[in-house]
Amino acid sequence: MRKIKEFFVEKLILICGLASIFFVVLIFLFLAREGLAVFKSVSPFNFIFGRNWYPISEPPQLGILPLILGSLLVTVGAAVISIPIGIACAVYISEVAPFKIKEILKAGIELLAAIPSVVLGFIGMVTLVPWVKSIFHLPTGLTALSGSIMLAFMAMPTIVSIAEDALYSVPKTYKEGAFALGATHWQTIWRVLLPAASSGIVAAVMLGIGRVIGETMAVMMITGNAAVIPQSILVPVRTLTATIAAEMGEAVVGSEHYFALFAIGIVLFIISFVINVTADLFLHKRHN
Amino acid sequence: MRNTQRSQKIAFFFLFLATLLIVVPVGLIVVIIIQKGVPAINWQFLSDIPRQGMRAGGIFPAIIGTFYLVLGAIVFALPIGLLAAIYLSEYAKDSLLNRIIKLAIVNLSGVPSVVYGLFGLALFVVFLKFGASILSGSLTLGIMILPIIITTSREALESVPQSFREVSLSLGASKWQTIRHIVLPNAVPGILTGTILGLGRAAGETAPILFTVAAFYLPRLPKSIFDQAMALPYHLYVISTQVPNVDEKVRYGTALVLLSLVLFMNLVAIIIRYNFRKKKKW
Repeated sequence: MRKIKEFFVEKLILICGLASIFFVVLIFLFLAREGLAVFKSVSPFNFIFGRNWYPISEPPQLGILPLILGSLLVTVGAAVISIPIGIACAVYISEVAPFKIKEILKAGIELLAAIPSVVLGFIGMVTLVPWVKSIFHLPTGLTALSGSIMLAFMAMPTIVSIAEDALYSVPKTYKEGAFALGATHWQTIWRVLLPAASSGIVAAVMLGIGRVIGETMAVMMITGNAAVIPQSILVPVRTLTATIAAEMGEAVVGSEHYFALFAIGIVLFIISFVINVTADLFLHKRHN
Repeated sequence: MRNTQRSQKIAFFFLFLATLLIVVPVGLIVVIIIQKGVPAINWQFLSDIPRQGMRAGGIFPAIIGTFYLVLGAIVFALPIGLLAAIYLSEYAKDSLLNRIIKLAIVNLSGVPSVVYGLFGLALFVVFLKFGASILSGSLTLGIMILPIIITTSREALESVPQSFREVSLSLGASKWQTIRHIVLPNAVPGILTGTILGLGRAAGETAPILFTVAAFYLPRLPKSIFDQAMALPYHLYVISTQVPNVDEKVRYGTALVLLSLVLFMNLVAIIIRYNFRKKKKW
């Protein structure tokens, strides 16, 4: 009797163990099921490189290049801000900060990671957006720059915590060796620890960028949502994610617009897949 | 020598500055929301339905909606996540399959939240015909928090020393008995931490519930799991972007309630983890 019960329990455990594979495949299948239909009316090339996104005109023009460039602009902006600050903060926490302050800082970073993106978007709307507007004398503060700054904050917890892990897992003997040769603490960090932790830091940066590309609510609230090809960082843009979130509510199930939004979902899924698999490879390289 | 000392000082100063650049804004965000949100909080705000096109009244239906959604998500995700973690830590060998499972978990945690929303719409709302409902929203959120629960639970299970298992097995207990009576009880705090972090994440996410459950304005409470519901994060989005002329106090109040809810859960998780580490005997 006990044997039979354990047999079923263990089978159940195996099934649940496979659940994550099942869900990844399921997500992809359902995105593909709804999204690939768009290619009946527009070729994949024209979908990705089409310059006009007018989904509800007649006939609809479904080119997502402005959205891709919008996402890219905001992401590059956020990366430029968050990578140096994030890595510097990780170094400070793991090497320089005294033990007590270290714990407080780590809790602060966790706090930032926990703030819901809609709350950050709201705060960005009421503080950051007016600042950007008045500093640069713009007609509106809802710009790619505002989005980049806000997104940089959302990427930083990821970058800091993974980079800090990478620095922490560098063997202590490396550090002792450098000290024994007369290097200062900073020389040790710069010449020994950072290169030794580099693959983990690369993974941290990639995962941070992955977070930025996938971020939806804050971006939708503060980038202004203009689906045109951006000419500078001080104009409103619309990202891939914001387009889905803003337009799916109005799209009729089964319309070309509906299919096109799912196709954007496929693009996002593939981007996040590539980023996560590559970052995972970098993290594993560290362990070998 | 003096030169290297000086460059170290300069470098450390910049590292410190970078840290401040992160920590100070976080502090400011929390302080601003508390300062401007507290005056809005009173019993009526927490217990009344929204009135005058959401410009007055309270946010009770949104609080209840979020509560149901989070509850549903955890009921779905905890059993699956926990069993998956047991599989990975106790049963899986270092094989290709194991590697693929881990990769799948990494991917699940990286999928953008709005893509979860699309998936929930396609599978639960349209294909399975659950409609926009608490059920669809809960399941979508549940799948989204699955990787958090699996990863933290697995870490908790793996941190139970191997010798515990060996002693139990040597006394004649079966593998499942060992897991059930020895490994699991010792991993409870870690599993609890992961569960609470998952709850916090589910409570704060907006994009996955946009098309699967969220009602723009629904001044009554949901009656069954097939009803639509309001939810706090979506409500905050609506009153700060979709409805003009909402009193700023109402917005800050809503943001404060949501933020407190999420931060409270994270704080509980941190405290459990801290106490557990302190008490740990191995």
